[in-house]
Amino acid sequence: MTTAEPNTEQPYAVELEGIEKRFPGVIANHDVSLKVRKGTIHAIVGENGAGKSTLMNTLYGMHQPEAGTIHVNGQQVHFKSPAEAIAVGIGMVHQHFMLADNLTVLENVILGAEPARRGVIRHAEGTAKVAALAKQIGAHVDLDAPLSALGVGQRQRVEILKVLYRGANILILDEPTAVLVPQEVDELFETLKVLVAGGATVIFISHKLDEVLAVSDEITVIRQGTTVGTVTPDSITRSRLGEMMVGSELPKPIPRVTKIGAAVRLEVNGASAKVVGPGSQKYVFQDIDIDVHEGEIVGVAGVEGNGQFELCEGILGLMPLTAGTIVLDGNDVTHETVRHRKDAGIGYIPFDRHREALMLSSPLWENTMLGRESQPKFNIGPLINVRGSQADCREIIHDFDVRTPGEDVPAFALSGGNQQKLIVGRELVNNPSVLIAAHPTRGVDIGAQNAIWARLRTARDAGMGVLLLSADLEELIALSDVIVVMFDGMITARLTPAQATPELLGLYMTGTRQEAAA
Amino acid sequence: MDRQKLQRIGVTAASSVAAVLFALVICGIILLLTGRSPSHVYQTMWDAAGERRIQYDAIQRATPLMFAGCAVALGFKMNLFNIGVEGQYRIAALVTAIVGTRIGFLPAPLHVAVELAVACICGAAWAGIAAFMKVRRGVNEVIATIMLNAIAISLAAWLFNTYFRYTQGNSQNVTTRPIPRSGWMPDIVKDQLNGFFIVALLVVFAYWIVVFKSRFGFRLRASGHNDVAAKTSGISSKRMIVTALLLSGAVAGFIGMQQTLGDSHAYSSQGFVDGIGFLGIAVALLGRNHPIGIVLSALLFGLLAASATKLGLIKVPQEIVQIIEGVIVLSVVIVNEASGRWVDKRTQQRAAHAVEHHLTQQGVTA
Repeated sequence: MTTAEPNTEQPYAVELEGIEKRFPGVIANHDVSLKVRKGTIHAIVGENGAGKSTLMNTLYGMHQPEAGTIHVNGQQVHFKSPAEAIAVGIGMVHQHFMLADNLTVLENVILGAEPARRGVIRHAEGTAKVAALAKQIGAHVDLDAPLSALGVGQRQRVEILKVLYRGANILILDEPTAVLVPQEVDELFETLKVLVAGGATVIFISHKLDEVLAVSDEITVIRQGTTVGTVTPDSITRSRLGEMMVGSELPKPIPRVTKIGAAVRLEVNGASAKVVGPGSQKYVFQDIDIDVHEGEIVGVAGVEGNGQFELCEGILGLMPLTAGTIVLDGNDVTHETVRHRKDAGIGYIPFDRHREALMLSSPLWENTMLGRESQPKFNIGPLINVRGSQADCREIIHDFDVRTPGEDVPAFALSGGNQQKLIVGRELVNNPSVLIAAHPTRGVDIGAQNAIWARLRTARDAGMGVLLLSADLEELIALSDVIVVMFDGMITARLTPAQATPELLGLYMTGTRQEAAA
Repeated sequence: MDRQKLQRIGVTAASSVAAVLFALVICGIILLLTGRSPSHVYQTMWDAAGERRIQYDAIQRATPLMFAGCAVALGFKMNLFNIGVEGQYRIAALVTAIVGTRIGFLPAPLHVAVELAVACICGAAWAGIAAFMKVRRGVNEVIATIMLNAIAISLAAWLFNTYFRYTQGNSQNVTTRPIPRSGWMPDIVKDQLNGFFIVALLVVFAYWIVVFKSRFGFRLRASGHNDVAAKTSGISSKRMIVTALLLSGAVAGFIGMQQTLGDSHAYSSQGFVDGIGFLGIAVALLGRNHPIGIVLSALLFGLLAASATKLGLIKVPQEIVQIIEGVIVLSVVIVNEASGRWVDKRTQQRAAHAVEHHLTQQGVTA
């Protein structure tokens, strides 16, 4: 450790020097240097897994670096916990909100730091303080509304208020735009600009280059755990920034050369399903009509929670339909079991790989066998053919470039991107007629994303139909032959990728615009 | 990779041994507090363990524990907590003892085989009630099996006392009617070691094959491990719940057989082995649901109980062994948790390291 040296120039809000952090399963930070000027928006960009979040967690005191120094406002600090970081004015808005649904906005904001006298919360004082903060950042939220009534964008605003309420003047936002639609992103950026104008400093983590270029004062690029440089937006182009991030040029979208076939792989006809709650029945999706042709990718856009997940469950047979039919390659499978449908040719890359796709402490070869274990090559009579299964897994590891020391390691030991490649491999190696791909590249790095996209295109060109559900509009526009938008359980628009701009999709996704489904 | 696997096994075994040692230390402290010399007690038990007669007794006591351990472990593998083993084997033992007296016309091996089949069916049927309640009505199997235990024990006592009491001559021992000789399980060593030990080893072997090696077992483990992923892959978790509980109950049916068919040759209310179902939970936990672990844990528990019979001679209550068993279970749960986390972390680190290494190699060649 070096000793703190008095900074003769204007001190930086945050100065990290030579940070090194080793962490199992994640690329370590090594030799990271970062200088963030006071009163600026400083973006940190890098691929998923490049070490951005690790670095920010170090700054926020979630863990301690093995080497390197941290200065905040010119003073050297050693945080042992986030509480110490908060004490010097650092606040973090996490990617996954840490809010309680059953409390009001006000209660969420003051939770853990309530103004109280003798154990009794002083609501008026809290309300006044939070309202003043909300006004200051131009946030229009009803402080007494229950959090459960708020949308994602507003929840994020609450998170920011919560951090400000604790006296933060250095805000770290971890991928704040990942959960927002374009209009909400604009609002967020307005808020950030207001904050910075008021003297706060914002550190903003992202991997979306357009946003970063639009909003930041300075940009630091992290690649494979280390900082590769700091630039200003007006001195660099998007493609050059992308190169810095991935270490080579960004791949261009490949226009398709094959034609969509005439055969319909998957027909969803007037499908509806309800959840029966206590005393109420609510449609989770209603009157869904989708045809997926041979060699076609149908994109489904939508903010999460608008029935996409349930629709997948309905197609797979995990949720019964109350109306409508599911037809697979001309055969009505509406009343068949999940196993039957999967054997008949439905592949599924699920929303949440840990929950729906993997046995985390089982070896990879058992994971790649899951759902395929009735195929002859995995069996010797009633017993499992261990060698055959392992060989099959090795093939998937090789063909899909899964980075792992072997097929015998438990699935939890792999990084998210490699787990995802393994799942994509497992589902594609069966040559399904239809692949339902939900967020196929969520949380994976650009390298893995390109690999997965290439795989989907290849399979599509070979005649597979794909139903692609994604929140990543770039992904939808890049891959889809047609895009439908789901809002509140219904299809509210059908667009061609050429028509679909992120702004237009955003309008449909938030229900601001609706068009009768064609 | 092999080294890593070995290490995993080593850590698992070491943590179980550590749990046992820890339990001995705790009990030593308890003995000290009650003014007895732990070394004297342990020495007495150790010496006893050297005796051939005690060793046979230990195996005899271990035999029902192996069945019980397998029955519980089968449930655990499907993420089910079958606490109802106790009730399942009570019902199975009573029904088998009664059926055994009615089929004396069968030749010896067939007679025994039919008796075993009856025991399995009864155990499975009793467990099936809990399975039905869980699948159809969503009743937690822990609640259901605890209630079914109470019912089974009372039901067996009532049926026995009301309909099947039989007093042999002027004997004090009240039993059901004796089973004819053709329905007995023969001894391996006369009056010392019964043939059910072999049956227990076979059942443990079958447990290994079915759960760890078969396609069915894979589906069972997959459902137990992550039922959402299993369902998504087309495995019916309801079917797995029913099958796992039926199998567990069937294996539980064997527990009372050594006494019923190998020892007293009847169902008796007095001195009937009880509490084995609960000890089975301890065996499965200590053995980590692994077949070899189950055999070793059952033998250990058997040996503790058998050598404790000598403690009366030095005026130490035999119940000290139950304390040891209890502490073993608690410490095994704690130690497993800690060592499991440690091994997981190591595995993750190694995988990350290997991948990093691999990456740099690629970087050099590219």
